[in-house]
Amino acid sequence: MTTLDDSNKEKIRSVSVDLNNDASLLIDIPDALCERDKVKFTVHTKTTLSSFQKPEFSVPRQHEDFIWLHDTLVETEDYAGLIIPPAPPKPDFEGPREKMHKLGEGEATMTKEEYTKMKQELEAEYLAVFKKTVQVHEIFLQRLSSHPILNKDRNFQIFLEYDQDLSVRRKNAKEMFGGFFKNMVKSADEVLISGVKEVDDFFEQEKTFLLDYYSKIKDSTAKAEKMTRSHKNIADDYIRISSLMYQQKITRILIYTHIVVTMSFVSLQKVEGRVASDQELKLTELLRYYMRDIQAAKDLLYRRARALADYENSNKALDKARLKSKDIPQAEEHQQQCLQKFDKLSESGKKELTSFKGRRVVAFRKNLIEMAELEIKHAKVRSSIQLYYICFIMCTNELQYAWGICKILCEQI
Amino acid sequence: MLFFKYLNVCSINKLTLIFTGSTSKSEDTDPPLDDETGSKVEQAKETSTDPIINITGDLPASDTQQPPTTNKIADPLLDLFSDTPAVDAKKPIQPIPDLFEDEGSDLFTEPRQTKPAKQPQKSLFGEPDEDLFAEPLGATSKKTISQEPKTVTPKPSGDGGDKGANQREPADIFTEEAVITAPTVSKTPGATSKTNGVHSEEDTDIFAEATVELSLDSPHNERKKDMTAKPSASAPSLAAAAAAASLTKPQSAALEETTLPMFRTKTFTVRRRFSDFLGLYEKLSEKHGPNGFIVPPPPEKSILGMTKVKVGKEDSSSTDFVERRRGALERYLQRVVNHPSLIQDPDVREFLEREELPRAVNTQALSGAGFLKMINKATDAVSKMTIKMNESDVWFEEKLQEVEAADQLFRKLHTLVESLVVHRKELSLNTASFAKSAAMLGSAEDNTALSRALSQLAEVEDKMEQLHQEQAANDTFSFAELIADFIRLLGAVRGSFDHRMKAWQRWQDAQSMLQKKRETEAKLLWANKPDKLQLAKEEIVEWEAKVTQYERDFERVSATVRKEVIRFEKERTKNFKRQIIKYMESLLQSQQQVKCFYSSLGMKKTM
Repeated sequence: MTTLDDSNKEKIRSVSVDLNNDASLLIDIPDALCERDKVKFTVHTKTTLSSFQKPEFSVPRQHEDFIWLHDTLVETEDYAGLIIPPAPPKPDFEGPREKMHKLGEGEATMTKEEYTKMKQELEAEYLAVFKKTVQVHEIFLQRLSSHPILNKDRNFQIFLEYDQDLSVRRKNAKEMFGGFFKNMVKSADEVLISGVKEVDDFFEQEKTFLLDYYSKIKDSTAKAEKMTRSHKNIADDYIRISSLMYQQKITRILIYTHIVVTMSFVSLQKVEGRVASDQELKLTELLRYYMRDIQAAKDLLYRRARALADYENSNKALDKARLKSKDIPQAEEHQQQCLQKFDKLSESGKKELTSFKGRRVVAFRKNLIEMAELEIKHAKVRSSIQLYYICFIMCTNELQYAWGICKILCEQI
Repeated sequence: MLFFKYLNVCSINKLTLIFTGSTSKSEDTDPPLDDETGSKVEQAKETSTDPIINITGDLPASDTQQPPTTNKIADPLLDLFSDTPAVDAKKPIQPIPDLFEDEGSDLFTEPRQTKPAKQPQKSLFGEPDEDLFAEPLGATSKKTISQEPKTVTPKPSGDGGDKGANQREPADIFTEEAVITAPTVSKTPGATSKTNGVHSEEDTDIFAEATVELSLDSPHNERKKDMTAKPSASAPSLAAAAAAASLTKPQSAALEETTLPMFRTKTFTVRRRFSDFLGLYEKLSEKHGPNGFIVPPPPEKSILGMTKVKVGKEDSSSTDFVERRRGALERYLQRVVNHPSLIQDPDVREFLEREELPRAVNTQALSGAGFLKMINKATDAVSKMTIKMNESDVWFEEKLQEVEAADQLFRKLHTLVESLVVHRKELSLNTASFAKSAAMLGSAEDNTALSRALSQLAEVEDKMEQLHQEQAANDTFSFAELIADFIRLLGAVRGSFDHRMKAWQRWQDAQSMLQKKRETEAKLLWANKPDKLQLAKEEIVEWEAKVTQYERDFERVSATVRKEVIRFEKERTKNFKRQIIKYMESLLQSQQQVKCFYSSLGMKKTM
């Protein structure tokens, strides 16, 4: 896969690369509506392919539609040898909503200033979650569109084109339950299958690597999340401190603490908040996404291992049939089928896994570099703020004047 | 940028003590001293070492005498001290924490011995916040003296010798502490905890006891406040001294250096228990409180904290506790000696000088005196509610309102800052665990370049964790403690207002009593009982005298309170400015480091 060429894309995909640079099928999600729990995405497609009715069209989709698409792809036998891009996670507004609720409850105890500030912060957080979820859904579609085999899938086309509601195709309760059960069986199988002897070195290596890497990246994701949350807590603290001081009258007793604390904290908190969200985006999201992606790769391995087990079983069945001298042709055919399936899976699996590796490395690099740059930028901002304040405080003795200036500066940061 | 560089240098120098006062009087270019200091001004002037200290913040602004000296100071510290006699005219009274003194031998003698005394300095054990010097001349010399964290111990020999004894501590508290503890640890490994930690800062004397002995003979005694930075081995163990008493806390030694003539020697060290500090406070507040003085309050007892320490729990919370307490006690003593009137009190002198103080048992919570105190407090509270004072002077009313508003505000602020500290500690923990996890991820990664990048990320995050921890400590010590101190002080200010109110009440009571007596007299006159009449007349005279006296008392107390409050405001403002600047500087430094860390990460990304 070639590296991402930014100029081709309007938006920069942070966690995945090489998307949407095939002009024959361009997908994006230009906007989305959020109502209570449900998010309605507008999926916009531009295509030159003849298989579509129109060259450009938009349809509204909900999160469940994406899940449906993902599941159908997973269930398609033909794609067993491919890494199916991981399904986007459900939009989770729980965090900000809870905070908003708490804020509403505590409104009486806070000053108006503090309340407005915290409300703004919450809105920003809400917006960040919103943006994140749009992005994740978009990436899912774009990965599908850039995969040479998957983008020809009929269900995918229906998803993009069908302008009626897709709810008829979505899982009903029974199917969901069945799906849940299947997942459980799958994980049990995974354990069994991992004991199957692997004939191919490449796959053996990949299996070990992926299993190990998965557990480590899961751990890292969790820790990164905690770290980001701590940053957010600190930013919140800064908000509270600054809003506490903001409206106080200046008296001789308070003056310096007043000015300095308020102003520096007010500006610092903005920076801290940005740091937290940037870190989240670049680092935590990256890790989260690749955790899911690796799970998808593991699923591929699982399917292949299953096919191998099937093949071995069919071999045994064939032997048994030969012994009993009964149903030999069926057994042979069955065995042939299994072998074919297994070979096909192995071949496409190898390709997929190799390209996955390359893609992962590139994405990591890009994100880590961006994160480092952002951190540096923030540190610069923070230090210049502080330096500024230090100079300022030291140089001035006229407190009212200082107060006014500080206020103005603060607004501008 | 230049300015910034200068700033950095200054900040480092600031801490280092710079007291090389000049002997010449002309040095007293002290900035206008407060009125309050009044007669003390002279002394103050003499002792003002501030010039030196003012480097920090005030440099840009200060044009005071210090420029030349400050320049000196700006230079490598050691040079400063090695400068000599010319320079050290003013001797820092400050007790310099000998801790740093590697120089060990240096105790600078105060050239000025002859001069009227400076207040005994309390050595700041690297307490940057006590650094009054930073304040430009406005600070009274007293203040400056005591505040100097740098210890400049005058050498008996009087040579300017200034050793840079006070190496001033690095701006970072932690480093200071580390330095301090290093010598201490080496010093009295054994003596530690069991003793009431005296911590001899003297570098020269490693052993506290030894120091004490020596110091008795020579003027090198220093009293230091010691702190036990590490409960485990540190010699000065504030807390460790398990000692005996259930509620009395072991304490720190107070190191002082002084040039005041009223003291016998120039620098001396004594050991004090925490209860002694409380006892001192009791005595001072009894004597001076009712007169309207604002007596600085010591830190509170904390049963929980002390128990944890005594039990020997070696976690960071007990070290924190000890460190906080040490700092608070040091600042407390600094304030006491900076107060122009309090320093005159013989009790204070005794506290600073005497080798063994009688156990102040009446500070124990469960003692008889303790109960008495509680009862008194209760009655006071009740009477406060019932007394309705007719405030003739609106200034007092306004001030009281301000004080109360400030008190409320700062209490809230304190809780918020504490929560900030907790969150920052959490952040550092989380960063540490993330760093480990990233390292493991890097090792699992099979692409070598990415693997290397990930392990570098892990390293960077590790350093960030360090940084966060330091920042948390900084938040605690220079910010949260500051606020806690201030809250206590505001309480003391309120107390002085209360005393004024009591004085007023007494006056009013006397007046009403006089009124009653007059009525009695009138009645008797009418009833014509000559013998009782005589008695009544006598009583009237007596009460008239009392009324006059109480009125005068009230006026006097009012005037004192007013003076005190003004002085308090000025001092606080200065102090805060200095402290906040320091805090911001440390924030600044940590930001620079963050920049460096992440730059190193970016640079190595050669993938």
